[in-house]
Parts: sequence; structure tokens; C-alpha cells
Amino acid sequence: MFSKLNYKTQRMVIIISFLILPLALLGTFSFLPVANMFWYSLTDWNGFSDKEFIGLENYKTVFTDPEYFRVFIVSLYYFVGTFVQMGLALYFATILSFKVRMKNFFKGVIFFPYLLNGVAIGFMFLLFFQPDGGLDTVLNLIGLGDLTTHWLGNPDMINVSLAGTSVWRYMGFNFIIFLGAISSIPGEVYEAAEIDGANRWHQFKYIILPSIKIIVSLNLILAISGALSAFEIPYIMTGGSNGSATFVIQTVDTAFKYGKIGLASAMAVILLFIVVIVTAVQRKFFSEED
Amino acid sequence: MKAKYMAGNVLKYGSLIIGAVAAILPILIVLFAAFKTGTEYTNTGPLTPPSNWTNFENFKRAFIEGNMLTGFKNTVIILLISIVGTTIIGSMVAFVLNRFKFKGSKLILGAFLLATLIPGVTTQVATFQIVNSLGLFNTMWAAVILYLGTDIIAIYIFLQFMSSISVSLDESAMLDGASYFTIYRKIILPLLTPAIVTVIIVKGINVYNDFYTPFLYMPKTDLQVISTALFKFKGPYGSEWEVICAGIMLAIIPTFIAFISLQKYIYNGLTSGSVK
Repeated sequence: MFSKLNYKTQRMVIIISFLILPLALLGTFSFLPVANMFWYSLTDWNGFSDKEFIGLENYKTVFTDPEYFRVFIVSLYYFVGTFVQMGLALYFATILSFKVRMKNFFKGVIFFPYLLNGVAIGFMFLLFFQPDGGLDTVLNLIGLGDLTTHWLGNPDMINVSLAGTSVWRYMGFNFIIFLGAISSIPGEVYEAAEIDGANRWHQFKYIILPSIKIIVSLNLILAISGALSAFEIPYIMTGGSNGSATFVIQTVDTAFKYGKIGLASAMAVILLFIVVIVTAVQRKFFSEED
Repeated sequence: MKAKYMAGNVLKYGSLIIGAVAAILPILIVLFAAFKTGTEYTNTGPLTPPSNWTNFENFKRAFIEGNMLTGFKNTVIILLISIVGTTIIGSMVAFVLNRFKFKGSKLILGAFLLATLIPGVTTQVATFQIVNSLGLFNTMWAAVILYLGTDIIAIYIFLQFMSSISVSLDESAMLDGASYFTIYRKIILPLLTPAIVTVIIVKGINVYNDFYTPFLYMPKTDLQVISTALFKFKGPYGSEWEVICAGIMLAIIPTFIAFISLQKYIYNGLTSGSVK
């Protein structure tokens, strides 16, 4: 029946019928929440009460109350972790793009953690960090027993341990992306360089790095937004206790545990702003490089 | 020269082995513990292999007491609906936006693009109110509709792929009198298969491993998925790590099987799915 219509009518029918549902979903679950969030953030809503407009009061609380502000400091650990993660990913991707025995084995093993369930990883590392657990045993074994501490109990160490778990989880992703980018460099380029007497370091510095610069910076920015929105690993492992609450844990708790929807919305808006700015800077950078 | 070459090799393989051990060790410890009895777990070190590799008692307990079957069932249902839905929605949007230029088509593309900037975790506070007011809280539809409605990456993968499918195919089909719907259904959709594989992989990893969506929107025990079923082990089994470890292994095994059998597709899928 549909095919009897002329193409012009068909075109209209198909445009409308193919887009109406996706657009409705996009509006309802992507844009409406953002709009509502802005509105809630200016009120003292607790989820049930009438929403009373209180201006920028919530924002003031987030930036001045140390209880809310200190979570930004926790983000720094994940931020530093991001650089470690990128460095390791780049290192292993470079090594494995050259001739290596058991290449597929190493590639698979280094990548595999990324595929694992976040709750499984969280529990795995709860066990790993226990006193006399996996990490302590290994450190004792290689003669570094003095370094052992309460990995999740020591407030100076807890965020390092959690950020480390995060690096363990996500490094494989960056690694596989970098590896893909490096392997798209044609082999002749290396051969020519070798004839000119370039060693591995030169090859890395003058061939590999320039050709994957864009993808590295893209991943770095993605990872920075990721560091800011760190949630799963610390929430599953510690629930945010002992000074390990990240910005998102704080937001989720403020909203769903303490029912301060207005305040939580203000926090979410701040995070959204930071992420959007970071991404916009990256997009600009990215398109200029292109 | 030879000494230098040797040193380079030691460094190369040495670092690879350290990397591999760091990746495997935490998993291996869990695997060991999952086969140990309670007393064995307390009395042996984490690196000591279990005395009996056929002790499946912990797995049985984790599977039955931990309601893992419900978890697997719900995960599979949500996964299937989300994958089919994402494929349909993503390919429809990509088809229309790639093949037809109309008033507002740029704007719509821009709207989808803009939505990728919004990180999902940040908007949960407000999304929760919407899901709740639609009466979807504590139903499986909450997760399904969020996976469908907020997954823009799939649209990108399809859009990218669509532009490599020649318009002349559409045109020759039109000469045969095919309707636009037939073109989409019979020509475009089959040609999108590689993109669909990518979407299945990316989606599969995300949905199987997602924790906060089911945790926040489907707290009911009947509705728990693998992530939330496993998370519930934390309280009651706090001192019985060997059971928790069996639970962890149960959650990991499907991932491991999928990885071993689909390795090539997973690598390709992630590489092509990430370059936006």
C-alpha cells in the first residue's frame, strides 16, 4: 500500500515515522532532564515538597561548604590516574605493534580487564587490597613487605588504591584504541626510517606519536571527563566512606539518600558544565588539527 | 650492539610479563578462592591454589542463594531488547538523516550531537523524576528505555557507515519501483551488518556491565541483573569471601567465553566504535 504513494509523499511519511520515536526518546531522556536539572538547582526541592525558588543558594553551598567542596580534591587522584593509564596504554600499544612473541596472548591479557563487570572488579579488588590479601602477599614475596599498609583503611592511601583499580579497569580500552591507530601506520614508513638509521625511540617520537597525536588527545579528554565522573569503582568498593566520596557519589547520595534534590541538581549542573567545557575545548582542538 | 639488543629484549618482555601478571593476578586469586572451603580460605594464603579443583560448593551456593539465575535471565532479556531496539532506532535515524535533506535535518543531527556531550551519570537526579512519573520505576522498561533513549553512539556508528553505502543503489531500486521502506529494509539494513555487529559489541559490553541504571531504577529483587545480584553479596556474605569469589567468577565466565570466541570482532568493534 505504502509503495503506491508517490516518492514525495513517501519521503514525508518515512521522515516523520522514522524520526518521531527517536526524537521523543531524545527529548524525554536527554534534554528534558537537563532542563529540569537547571530548574531544580534553583529550588530547595526535596522530592515531595513544593519547589521553592531560592536562587543561587545551592551553588553557594557547593562551593563554600567544605563537605561538598572536598570531593573535587578526590577527583585529582583519578585525574592523575588518567595520565598513568594513558602512559601505560601508549607504552604497551607501542611495544605490541612491533614484532613480539605471543603477541596475541599479551594483547588479549592486557585488554581483557576492560570487558569485566564493574561490580566483579570492585569485589575483586576489595579482596586484593585486604590485609594479608593478594597485594600484601605479592609485596612480601618480592621483598617490598615494608610498603604494605591498609590499602582501603589508610585515608592517605584509599584514593590511590581506588584510582589504581580504575586504571586497571580502563587501561585496556585506551590500549586497544592506540594499538588500532598505530597499526594503521603503513609498514614502509618504519622500513624507510630504519634505513635512515632511526632507532625505536626515534620511530616512536617521529612516526608513531605524531600520527596518533589526535587520538591520544581525544582519549585524554575523554578520560578527564571520566575522572570527574568516577563513580562505580569507589561506590561499589567503599560506598564513598573514609574520604573516598567522588563528586558523583556525593551527588547521588545528596539526591537519593538525603533527598536534597535541589542541592544535588546544582552539583550535577556544575559537573555538566565542567564536562561540556572540557569536551568543547577538545572538539575545537580536534577540528583544528584535522 | 648485541648487548644492547639483549637489554632491549629483557626490558620489552620483562614489562610485558609484569603487565600480564598485573592483569591476571587479581582474577587468579578470585579463581583460587572460589574453589576453597571456608576453613581452607582462612588458613591458606591468597596465592595458594585450592586443594580440590572440583569443589563446586561455593558456586552452587552463589548461584542459588545469590539468585544469579534471575540475574542472568533479566540481563539477557534487557540485552536482547536493547540491542534490537538500538539497531532499529539507530539505523532508522541514520537512514533518514543521511538520505534526505529537509528543513530541520541539520538541526536534528545537531541535537543528537549535542546529546553526546551530556554525561549520563550527571543527569540521573532529574532523569529519575521523569522515569518515576512515567510509572516505569521498578520495571524492566526503565533500563530498556534508558538504554534505547540515551544511546547516541549507535546512531553515529550507523551514520558513519551509511555514508559509505552508495546512493546509486537506492536509485536503481527506485527505478524498479521499490518504496523507500523497501529500500531501507531490503537494501540498507542488510548492508549495515558490519555496523550492527559493532553496535552489538559496544552495547553488549555496556549493558552487561552497567551497574547504576539497574541499581537506581530497578531495586526490586525480581528485577535484579548480574551487576545488582552480585552487589547484594556484599552484606550477607561479608565474611564468606569464598562464596563471593564464586559469584564473581560466575559473572565473569560469560564475558570470558564471549571474549575468546569473538575476539576479532570485539577489537574491531571498539576501534571503529570509538572514533567519533
